[in-house]
Amino acid sequence: MVGFYTLLYKEMLRFWKVSFQTVLAPVITALLYLLIFSHVLEAHVQVYPGVRYTAFLVPGLVMMSMLQNAFANSSSSLIQSKITGNIVFMLLPPLSYLEFFAAYLLASVVRGVVVGLGVFVVTLAFTQLTILHPLWLIVFAFLGTGILGALGIIAGIWAEKFDQLAAFQNFLIMPLTFLSGVFYSIHSLPAFWQEVSRFNPIFYMIDGFRYGFFGIADVTPQLSLLVVGVCFVALSALTLILLKSGYKLRH
Amino acid sequence: MGTTPAILVRQLHKHFGSLHALQGIDLEVQQGEFFALLGPNGAGKTTLISILAGLTRASSGSAAVMGHDVVKDYRATRTALGVVPQELVYDPFFTVREGLRIQSGYFGLRHNDDWIDEIMAHLDLLDKADRNMRTLSGGMKRRVLVAQALVHKPPVIILDEPTAGVDVELRQSLWAFIRKLNEDGHTIVLTTHYLEEAQALCNRVAMLKQGRIVALDSTANLLKSIAERHLCLRITPDALPAGLAARVVSYTEGLYVLALDHYADMEGVLAQLRESGICIQEMELTQPDLEDVFVQVMGAS
Repeated sequence: MVGFYTLLYKEMLRFWKVSFQTVLAPVITALLYLLIFSHVLEAHVQVYPGVRYTAFLVPGLVMMSMLQNAFANSSSSLIQSKITGNIVFMLLPPLSYLEFFAAYLLASVVRGVVVGLGVFVVTLAFTQLTILHPLWLIVFAFLGTGILGALGIIAGIWAEKFDQLAAFQNFLIMPLTFLSGVFYSIHSLPAFWQEVSRFNPIFYMIDGFRYGFFGIADVTPQLSLLVVGVCFVALSALTLILLKSGYKLRH
Repeated sequence: MGTTPAILVRQLHKHFGSLHALQGIDLEVQQGEFFALLGPNGAGKTTLISILAGLTRASSGSAAVMGHDVVKDYRATRTALGVVPQELVYDPFFTVREGLRIQSGYFGLRHNDDWIDEIMAHLDLLDKADRNMRTLSGGMKRRVLVAQALVHKPPVIILDEPTAGVDVELRQSLWAFIRKLNEDGHTIVLTTHYLEEAQALCNRVAMLKQGRIVALDSTANLLKSIAERHLCLRITPDALPAGLAARVVSYTEGLYVLALDHYADMEGVLAQLRESGICIQEMELTQPDLEDVFVQVMGAS
């Protein structure tokens, strides 16, 4: 267990030492989204009855920031260690693949949640939100960041160069998060795109998270929990299999 | 304890695609040995070390450290092993002390500061303890790599070319420290291209060539295996008696190098020179060293 705690500590210390770019920068980015979209759309769009657009947007932005940063944490840490070669410091000691997985995953969750809290606190200046179902909110925050943390481990192990990781991020993670209902309800989409959105797991993370705030969502929280839960278990299992086999880490 | 070999390798093969990097290595290193693994680049030294360390998986065969199989019992193996990697790697996020504490934690050790301070003192790192790794010179980073391999006091220590690109001062202090660890009972395995280091330090040597062990013996026996000694001579007049012509190995700018099969041959050579009225200006008798053995072994196999 000491090995696990140490690796978790090291991973958290790593992002905390550069918190300017790992925490503050994403909070600023989210703030810009909020300023622009609420300025443009506040007067024109009301997604749910009684919920102003800015209020609707905040949970989406918080969750999007959490997910993107959870992914960034594990993936960038691993690719940096692989490219600089210091991954051997983690491979030579008797760390089990389970400890390795848990430490990287949990550090990603922590980074995601810290950024999410930061975004939430900043948005308080623009809109007050009441949280109707905090438990749902917490469950989706942890499962969502966990999934993206696991995905980050997979991408970090798979990628051999920074541009491969950037491709993974730009062609998979970014489109999935942007097209997941952060900025809109999927009910506003044409029928075809509504259907497509239902195959995007991130849609369920955002939708479930938003339900935690407003008690209303595009689909039921139970369905979202099911989809997100299955994704979490499946991706964790895949990550563990890769780590156990030594895929791209132990030749 | 004493009967378990520190390292036991049986019929180890490793393929990288079409490359047969290790072709059936059998090796046994006893506890307390100071062992050298020599060979040209690409001979398979680092591959062998990587398999022992669990960084690479063997295609077939078995390997064990202190009796623990490197695959089945990987946690016990890695606890017993300290590896100084060949590549000069470091984590740019941390200071020297942070790095050593973190490395201790990976091995399950929580309060290791006394030992960390001791290692740093031996490696002259104390005044760099709170410096970020990025700011250290290459030689200092090499010292930190050595320190990292020792945080858990491993009974078996493998050093993969620890003195490559390192200045004389560090080499000497490093070897003094490693020698002390060996005297304290640690088994040491090293690879190096500086054969005089291996000759001075190691009690036993394995030479690898193209994935095979081509020589494996005590350093003393390997040196004895080269019977020929060389006698270097500068003489006036510069004309060697005909009877000695068969012994000439080389002649460059007035310097003859003669081969002697035994020390006893000296007498005959000197007698012939005297008879011919030749005066000796300069004379040196050279011992065969590990480099001669290495060249001979690599050339023959």
